[in-house]
Amino acid sequence: MVAATRKKKSKAPRGRDADALAAQQREISVSEFFAKNRHLLGFDNPRKALLTTIKEAVDNALDACEEAGMLPNIFVGIEPLAETRFRVTVRDNGPGIVRKQVENVFGRLLYGSKFHRMKMSRGQQGIGIAAAGMYGLMTTGKPMIIHTKPHKNKPSHCLTLAIDMQKNKAEVHDEVERHDFPDDTGTEVVIELEAKFQRGRQSVDEYLQQTAIANPHAQIIYQPPDACISKEEQASMPSLIDDYQHATQLAETSSETVTTPGGTVVFPRAVKELPEEPKEIKPHPKGIELGMLLKMVKTTQATQLGGFLQNDFSRVSLRVANEICKRANKILGADDTITNRTWVSKIGHAEAEAIYKAIQEMKLMAPPTDCLSPIGDDVIRAGLLKGIKAEFYTSVTRPPAVYRGNPFQIEIGIAFGGELPKEEPSRVIRFANRVPLLYQRSACCAFKAVQETAWRNYGLSQPKGSVPIGPLTVMVHMASVWVPFTSESKEAIADYDEIRKEMKLAMAECGRKLKTYLNRRAKVRKENERRGIFERYIGEIAQALNTIDPKLKPQTIRDQFEHVAKRFTETADLQFDQDGNPVKVTQKEKKVRKQRDPLAADDSIVIVDRGNGTVLDDDDSSADNGKPSRKSREDDGDYEDGLFD
Amino acid sequence: MAKKTTKKKTTKKPTAKSQPAASKKKIVRKKRNAADTGARLVDMANSVADQISREMDPGVHIPTRALSNVNFDKKSGLIVMGSNAQRRSFFNVGMAKKFMQTTLVAAGCKQLIDQKKTTSIRDLFYHTKHTIPGTKENTFDEQSESDPIIEDLEVAMASLREELGLFAEPKGAMVGPMVIEDNGDTIDLSKMGSGGWAIPSIVEDHIIKFKRGGAKFVLLIEKGAVWRRFSEDRFWEKHKCMIIHGGGQPPRGVRRLMWRMHQELKLPVYVLVDNDPWGYYIYSVVKQGSINLAFESQRMAIPAARFIGMSAYDAAKFDIPKAVSINLTEQDKRRAKEVAAYPWFASKPWQREIRQMLKLGVKLELEALSNKDFSFITEQYLPQKLKDKQWLD
Repeated sequence: MVAATRKKKSKAPRGRDADALAAQQREISVSEFFAKNRHLLGFDNPRKALLTTIKEAVDNALDACEEAGMLPNIFVGIEPLAETRFRVTVRDNGPGIVRKQVENVFGRLLYGSKFHRMKMSRGQQGIGIAAAGMYGLMTTGKPMIIHTKPHKNKPSHCLTLAIDMQKNKAEVHDEVERHDFPDDTGTEVVIELEAKFQRGRQSVDEYLQQTAIANPHAQIIYQPPDACISKEEQASMPSLIDDYQHATQLAETSSETVTTPGGTVVFPRAVKELPEEPKEIKPHPKGIELGMLLKMVKTTQATQLGGFLQNDFSRVSLRVANEICKRANKILGADDTITNRTWVSKIGHAEAEAIYKAIQEMKLMAPPTDCLSPIGDDVIRAGLLKGIKAEFYTSVTRPPAVYRGNPFQIEIGIAFGGELPKEEPSRVIRFANRVPLLYQRSACCAFKAVQETAWRNYGLSQPKGSVPIGPLTVMVHMASVWVPFTSESKEAIADYDEIRKEMKLAMAECGRKLKTYLNRRAKVRKENERRGIFERYIGEIAQALNTIDPKLKPQTIRDQFEHVAKRFTETADLQFDQDGNPVKVTQKEKKVRKQRDPLAADDSIVIVDRGNGTVLDDDDSSADNGKPSRKSREDDGDYEDGLFD
Repeated sequence: MAKKTTKKKTTKKPTAKSQPAASKKKIVRKKRNAADTGARLVDMANSVADQISREMDPGVHIPTRALSNVNFDKKSGLIVMGSNAQRRSFFNVGMAKKFMQTTLVAAGCKQLIDQKKTTSIRDLFYHTKHTIPGTKENTFDEQSESDPIIEDLEVAMASLREELGLFAEPKGAMVGPMVIEDNGDTIDLSKMGSGGWAIPSIVEDHIIKFKRGGAKFVLLIEKGAVWRRFSEDRFWEKHKCMIIHGGGQPPRGVRRLMWRMHQELKLPVYVLVDNDPWGYYIYSVVKQGSINLAFESQRMAIPAARFIGMSAYDAAKFDIPKAVSINLTEQDKRRAKEVAAYPWFASKPWQREIRQMLKLGVKLELEALSNKDFSFITEQYLPQKLKDKQWLD
């Protein structure tokens, strides 16, 4: 019975011919593809969707400001509309977008300025913000609102933009000119979406905190949903507008991250210089694959092979081009089939493959590195100082290196002690081109590098094969024209030996400085203990001496003892002769000692006195914002829906 | 069992040998009186105050009371203190507390001197013990902390304990044919009942005066229990001697009293102790002085004192059954070797004696003689030994 029915049903398609099939075959628009595979871009669940939306908008905003040479002021607001529905607003003070480009920038997937060039930037593919808008449209039916002001003295454009999934094209539903944009220029994106707001790891809070650390030149004001919730209920709370005003004032005056009474979080600007703008470079011959080479052969402007190699690649001179041809000929087994003069149009698959192989055999000069814009070790310290309440900070920027023909640069910053939790595994915060990576920690090259570094040598405890335990935060930043992510959602850096090696070298360098500091701290602590012992007994001695000879006044004796005690404990290594006379230390010796002090001489270290260590002993200090979600965080933190794991 | 060993070495680090300040303070005792000691304490306090006002690390010099700082003077037969001294300074984590304690003990002694009182060292411990204001730490936790500091102070001040207004817990008793005056009371030591006359801690001639007596010698017995046997058997009457015990290692009062009888009444002194290394050492303390109190040897040690028993050879001589001997422990053996190494045990007979004990591998208590008869020790053993002049010098 069952077989019979199936036969019947399967009969119909069998009857179709190629023409009928062809009628069904059509182009799948990217938008449509996304609609069905949204998890590939980071919209797997409502919680992650909120984060991804904000992340894409903020990344774009920062890129725009930097390219225009403006110090970014970013506003991020999350308004709760219902339990699972939020309105996200991200506003920047960037250059704005000219009217006719708005639909292209926000309304089409895979439309952007970043994909085709070899230049370091946050976004790479140009999928981000349009996908976020589309996600919002799909889940709430509300199109996104773009409010942009490209010119200082002209009104701003406010558009309501929906995306036509079939056509991969934006539709403008509504458009008005307005005069109320808060800055001279800039862009505001408003997206309504189904989402879930949660604090703790992998949250919007964490993303913005880490963004602020890696981008200390940016000022970020963030209104989480609970800043708004209590607005009506609590009369004592300042209104949202007032609170925002208050927050902007704080942003100017504060040097550390602060929260207003209304719950708005302010990440103030820590450095006033914009990062150097990275230069665009041509691809390095070793960084491309055969398919890419074939595509380049087809699209090149050059007519002859020599010109193509020299103009479309970096580090290829006339001599190198000749060498490539020579080797390619050898591979082809023929003489002079390929020369510099060969027409590009004559290059077929076999020739291209020979050229590709020739390139792999050759030693080429490493790609230029002016395409990289590292954060800079001093700026990293400023960022860490602003965002993490520790007592010791240091950072290292490695010289540029190359993986698969792509130049990259590794930077490591560490923060130790202070209010960081003492007994927990260290925190690793990862960045690629200044963008925080929050998911897939254990798949990430940076995390592996932390695990493989022997922190035990630097005075920390470290269970075998895991991250060290202690009040430590390790920041890893990879700057590259092309960061090798393990997936499209850009969550983990792929594990290349060259990259991991650089990371470990930088961590070792930071570790050594930490070790010096820890030794110093132990010494100071011991010294304080010493002083404590002395000071404890001084009163007794003064009293006893006074009992023996009433002429000796206890107060005088006590003052003298305390004075001398300070001197003795300050100069711990002072030598004494047999009669207790201090052996004179000359000025010259003192100078030498100072020069030997590695910490005092090192500019790459910041030490903050967080008081007398009571903060350190306070076990509650880990739950810094008192939110229970932070305490009950899961072990590995990679609580995803399993699509990438 | 009373302490037989020397006190733990409190000061291990010998400082440089020729310290000018230390050698100046070489123990010179001319006038002994409390007022002088008080003045020396004031000097010490002022010296500390002076050092601190000059921003120096304040310290007091304390002669080292350790084997490393005693010499055996063969000529006089005494253990004498060397000139090594330790500088106990305040700004040294290891010494800060001791320094503080030293000032407290000094202050306590000064109060005693000022008020013309005497007290026990235990009393002084409680007097100086309190919690340091603002902390949970006590100035002293146990008496074992304050006792060595008192001894340090005695040495540093070149004063006797009595001059600091202190006395040790009295122990020891004496009976015999002698009449004395104790603090104004006349006492006939032959009529002391069963317990005997308790020997006070301070026995200087302004307190104890020898009146009349018919004793021919002095016999020191290690233990009170054995001494009672001698007392009960009226050994002293028969042999015309003073019998004394010191409850183990004899305290200063007992030693000083024997010294006075030996010096003033010209009585020979015999020592009867267990046959074990600790017994040997008790004898040596009586004879040559102790390491710990080497500075007092001159006024307490009796170089002519004789070791009457028990010897390692006695068991065989008196046919004492093996069952009553006790095997030497590891600790005993170690101590025996230590004792054998002291220069004042270097003489051949003594080396032979100690070797014999180690060879037999057993020790013998005085009470073991009761195995033959309760009064074997008083009626046969000791009379025999005295008669045969079987003693060691």
